[in-house]
Amino acid sequence: MGILRSLLSLRLASLLVLLMAIAAPAFSQTEEDPGQALLANLADASPRQMDAAIEAIVNSGDPRARSWLDAFGNNRLSRNKDTGQVVVVLRNVGRDWTIADPLTGENLGEISRRELDRVNINNAIRGKLEGVLAMLDLYSTNPEIQRAAAEAMMGKVNEPVIEPLNKLLEQDLPPRVRDRLELAVAIYQLEQGDAQAKAEAITVLTGSLHSRARAALNNAVAGDDPAIAASAKAALVSIEQKLKMNRAAETLYFGLSLGSVLVLAAIGLAITFGVMGVINMAHGELIMLGAYTTWGMQQLLPGQPGLALILSIPAGFMVAALAGIAIERSVIQYLKGRPLETLLATFGISLILQQLVRTVISPLNRSVTTPEWMSGSLVINDALSLTLNRLYVIGFALVVFAGLMLIMRKTRLGLEVRAVTQNRAMARSMGIKATRVDIMTFALGSGVAGLAGVALSQITNVGPNLGQNYIIDSFMVVVFGGVGNLWGTLVAGLTLGTINQILEPWAGAVLAKIMVLVMIILFIQKRPKGLFPQKGRAAEG
Amino acid sequence: MSIKKHVKLGLSALALSVSFHAMAAEDPIKVGILHSLSGTMAISETALKDTMEMLIEKQNEQGGVNGRMLEAVVVDPASNWPLFAEKARELLEKEKVDVIFGNWTSVSRKSVLPVVEELNGLLFYPVQYEGEESSENVFYTGAAPNQQAIPAVNYLKNELGVERWVLAGTDYVYPRTTNRILETYLKDMGVAEADIMINYTPFGHSDWQSIVSDIKTFGSAGKKTAVVSTINGDANVPFYRELGNQGISSSDIPVVAFSVGEQELSGIDTGPLVGHLAAWNYFMSVDNDANYDFIDAWVEFKGDDKAVTNDPMEAHYIGFNMYVEAVKKAGTTDVEAIKEAIIGVAVPNLTGGIATMMPNHHITKPVLIGEIQDNGQFSVVWETSSTVAGDAWSDFLPGSRDLIADWRAPMKCGNFNVKTGSCGASAGEQALADAE
Amino acid sequence: MTSSQNWLFRPFQERSTQIFLGVLITALIVVTFLHLFMPQDSALHVSAYTVTLLGKYLCYALLAVAVDLVWGYLGILSLGHGAFFALGGYAMGMYLMRQIGDRGTYGDPILPDFMVFLNWQELPWYWLGFDMAWFAFIMVLLAPGLLALVFGFLAFRSRVTGVYLSIITQALTFALMLAFFRNEMGFGGNNGLTDFRDILGFNLRSDATRLGLFIATGIALALGYIICRAIVTSKLGRVSVACRDAEARTRFLGYRVERVQLFVFVISAMLAGVAGALYVPQVGIINPSEFSPLFSIEIVVWVALGGRATLYGAVIGAILVNYAKTVFTGVMPDAWLFALGALFVLVTVFLPKGIAGLLQKRKKAENDDDPATAQEATA
Repeated sequence: MGILRSLLSLRLASLLVLLMAIAAPAFSQTEEDPGQALLANLADASPRQMDAAIEAIVNSGDPRARSWLDAFGNNRLSRNKDTGQVVVVLRNVGRDWTIADPLTGENLGEISRRELDRVNINNAIRGKLEGVLAMLDLYSTNPEIQRAAAEAMMGKVNEPVIEPLNKLLEQDLPPRVRDRLELAVAIYQLEQGDAQAKAEAITVLTGSLHSRARAALNNAVAGDDPAIAASAKAALVSIEQKLKMNRAAETLYFGLSLGSVLVLAAIGLAITFGVMGVINMAHGELIMLGAYTTWGMQQLLPGQPGLALILSIPAGFMVAALAGIAIERSVIQYLKGRPLETLLATFGISLILQQLVRTVISPLNRSVTTPEWMSGSLVINDALSLTLNRLYVIGFALVVFAGLMLIMRKTRLGLEVRAVTQNRAMARSMGIKATRVDIMTFALGSGVAGLAGVALSQITNVGPNLGQNYIIDSFMVVVFGGVGNLWGTLVAGLTLGTINQILEPWAGAVLAKIMVLVMIILFIQKRPKGLFPQKGRAAEG
Repeated sequence: MSIKKHVKLGLSALALSVSFHAMAAEDPIKVGILHSLSGTMAISETALKDTMEMLIEKQNEQGGVNGRMLEAVVVDPASNWPLFAEKARELLEKEKVDVIFGNWTSVSRKSVLPVVEELNGLLFYPVQYEGEESSENVFYTGAAPNQQAIPAVNYLKNELGVERWVLAGTDYVYPRTTNRILETYLKDMGVAEADIMINYTPFGHSDWQSIVSDIKTFGSAGKKTAVVSTINGDANVPFYRELGNQGISSSDIPVVAFSVGEQELSGIDTGPLVGHLAAWNYFMSVDNDANYDFIDAWVEFKGDDKAVTNDPMEAHYIGFNMYVEAVKKAGTTDVEAIKEAIIGVAVPNLTGGIATMMPNHHITKPVLIGEIQDNGQFSVVWETSSTVAGDAWSDFLPGSRDLIADWRAPMKCGNFNVKTGSCGASAGEQALADAE
Repeated sequence: MTSSQNWLFRPFQERSTQIFLGVLITALIVVTFLHLFMPQDSALHVSAYTVTLLGKYLCYALLAVAVDLVWGYLGILSLGHGAFFALGGYAMGMYLMRQIGDRGTYGDPILPDFMVFLNWQELPWYWLGFDMAWFAFIMVLLAPGLLALVFGFLAFRSRVTGVYLSIITQALTFALMLAFFRNEMGFGGNNGLTDFRDILGFNLRSDATRLGLFIATGIALALGYIICRAIVTSKLGRVSVACRDAEARTRFLGYRVERVQLFVFVISAMLAGVAGALYVPQVGIINPSEFSPLFSIEIVVWVALGGRATLYGAVIGAILVNYAKTVFTGVMPDAWLFALGALFVLVTVFLPKGIAGLLQKRKKAENDDDPATAQEATA
């Protein structure tokens, strides 16, 4: 509270001017830099004195204040135990950390972390700090920053800032920013204002789907003014109506996203199992290889997770496809026509691959960074936002599916694959090199598994067990969809994903999964060849 | 000094060292290490095996204990619970080890327990667990619920003003028990039933979309909400990812985790997680010279500059030092003598305090709350002013409220019922029935 | 063709059965003797630890025999036999739990410990009756038998075969694993059932009981083996082999294929259940991980290594692999999964008939293309 109260007296505008001043302060060697005292004050502050220390920094009007507070918020402000100097930690990995002087920005080189004493910050202080920084950012000329600041003000408005906010609202603002700030002010009014202000606030909040707005209304319903409570309740009811639609849309999205993960994991299997009749239990490990490729790429290109991810798409495909060729040549070709034996042999391969990753890389999970453009969510409205990483995965799954369909339908390879599947002897007598087709098909299926791995690295753990978690689900999808039918796999994956997500809120995660499994088992009894059974002679093989 | 004398001196020194080594080789103290080195738990337990080997190596460099060297006997129970019992039997019956350090999961401990009791072995168990147990043969160097969960909840309530609680966990005994304890505790503090949401998910759960969405909805009721997470291992990465992507930041709805340590964080991109919390009794980032020395030794032992330390490793460090002290005190490795000697043994922990073995075979520990930082470490934001003694029987569960454990003579009982004044809950019930 | 008596006794006339039973009984007697009468410090003494370990191997062997019965003679590759094994184990575990009585930590005379601390007020209905040994022992057969009956009835009736059947058996055991992991199910969740005290009044922690269980397992294996041999040498057995080799033709010949399949499948499930029931008191714990698909696949590999459709091959395979596992996990734990994985690959590629196939080749059996037909010929 104290910080924000000070903001009022801050003369924000003048601060802004100072912040924008480019001229660096030039202190002579002899003159003491006032920043030093401010930082020392912050570093020495007890939790109770924290507010005052931050306030002092903001009030100082020092152009470097922003960078100090940012460093503080990010846990990067430390104190040298020997000299007492406050420093900014640039790199905090390993035993020796790189530090810089917050006053001059000069890099002070490496220092043992034993010599450093971190300036403490916790969630509560960070929350307040965010409020202070957002308030400063509201005056930014960069519309992006301004918008984000307005977004951050939701629920953070309190008494000291209401006046500057109202002043700001009198100015010309981008509609989105204005909308946000009005809501934010209304939330504050509903909580703190007089009866008149409360009633007005409710009109503003009616129809808003923002969770903070609902929270404020909920509190108003529980409040002691019956009239306000009644109108707040009415507002909530109308919001609930709208929310229902959004929730349904959300569940559908969740279902599609889970479904697309299943499709991605299963589609490679649909080729090797469905088209070639090879039960590849090492399929999961091929997915794992794809995911590890992504991790490897990010290691090779530090600082460019996005580029690494994009490069991983071809690389993951190649790695998995090559592994697939190796498996096909070394084992599967000797087990032609013995599907159950291939199951056992490939299971052995899957154990070996898993253990290989454990021994060579690490039994621990690897951390794969999500690039900036894939994190966060696409905001449809305040109640419905689609998480970007999953949106990309859905898109990716569809692209991979379309690509496979193209290959199977429009290319020579696809034609040959279909010919060999339908009648191997006949195809061979027509001059098709069946062995080559086998290799290519298996490589294709494995490569697609690698692609799935690249996508999964953005969603789940990258570790030696990654494949195992998906192998059973993948088989279920292929069998449910009908072996040998890519469309079946797509429909089955999306259906199972959606059913699972519809059941989950109602039955819980475990029971939902069990119910889906039992459903598949029963469905197979009813239609032993899946949703889209293969027709014709191939089916009898 | 004449040459002759010189040679003589050298010879006697040689003889001394030979006899010393002969004695040590004849009769080493055998330390069994029962941690999974393959299978799903290898990910966590391998580091503990290495820790033990390192500690034993260091101890031997100092000349062992009471002039006897220590010898590690490593077996691999392969994350297979029946195999844990079998390997424990192998260690005690075939290898005749003097003490076992091992286990991670509750189920593996439960599997080993009857064997250790039957063969009268010693087991040091280094992981936070659900409590509700005190065996004469087991020393619990990890946290009991009152050394982790309850202080964490107090922190959230008092420092962050949390009023609404999501208790999310993996569906097994540790989260179940912890959440039951917390539920009772919160209700005792006046939290309404409607302000507590409990959710269980299976092991390795990877699709958190709808649960995170539920948490978001639950958090929009107008009160400060926090998630108390007992989610285990692998499920955490997708959980935190989903939180980040659905826009839940640590200042909106903080998550305090009891099973996420430095090792788990090393597999997560912690950038989006900054500010989320964990409660442990040790953090690698603790600013203490003993800790820095331990880390340096560990890094050197592993030959990996990025090797991390974590809470269960500290528990083994404490447990091992306690055992060494007890052997020194008792002058023997005899199990009965150790059981008697170890109670009250106090050794320094890595956070600058002292760990003492209590009569209920649990130890005193400080409770630390740490916030996740972007470098995969925790920064300590709060800690208890003094150490907390582990409570085997929770005061917040109806069945165990009246039970205490005290393995000193004359009580020597793991489940003494203070209401009936008799050992063994069954005898207690009997006494109650008689009284009525 | 033959009278029922003949049917039951035919196995004893076979050379392979005689040898198998001879070896098994000799082994039982030798181990018992070495355990009881050799002094503790003698190199020949067999410790209680080893006795229990051998008992565990024998349980696995019985389980492998059950799998071989359906895979070798019926052509059904079940990737879910672990489920039947675990169900038998749980039935036994529930009996043992009830036997603890009020000696548990909370001293509740009826409720097992895990129910007390999860605040259950009363015993769920499906736990009733398990305090009686006879009931529990019937359930050991009935629980897996019923599951196999229902599952098999549905599957065989709609002619789900081959790979599809394998995959849905896998789904079955996976679903059961998830279900048993749930604490609400009342089977102890991940911690399973443990801390057993006695069985039929004998203390489970005494060496004598251990030896008794070991001998009982040996006898169960012998009986299971004889039953399986009796089945496969009977007319039913030959029809089932016919189903394996050409299901459609057998059906056209007028046999009710699904009934044969169902019968053999249920018997096999029950045998697996018995194996599980004997396994639990010896290892001291039953937990949902026995349902894991991985375990079920591993069983199949024991059979494949030993040689399918021989029964004794399954026994050899189970014992060898598990012995290797015991040794490897002690000596070089990292290498175990490599070795197991390599075993899967090498056996299927280079040793399609397993060790039994090698033995037969050495004996120069008259018909070396299929061990089963070789057996047929001698029968």
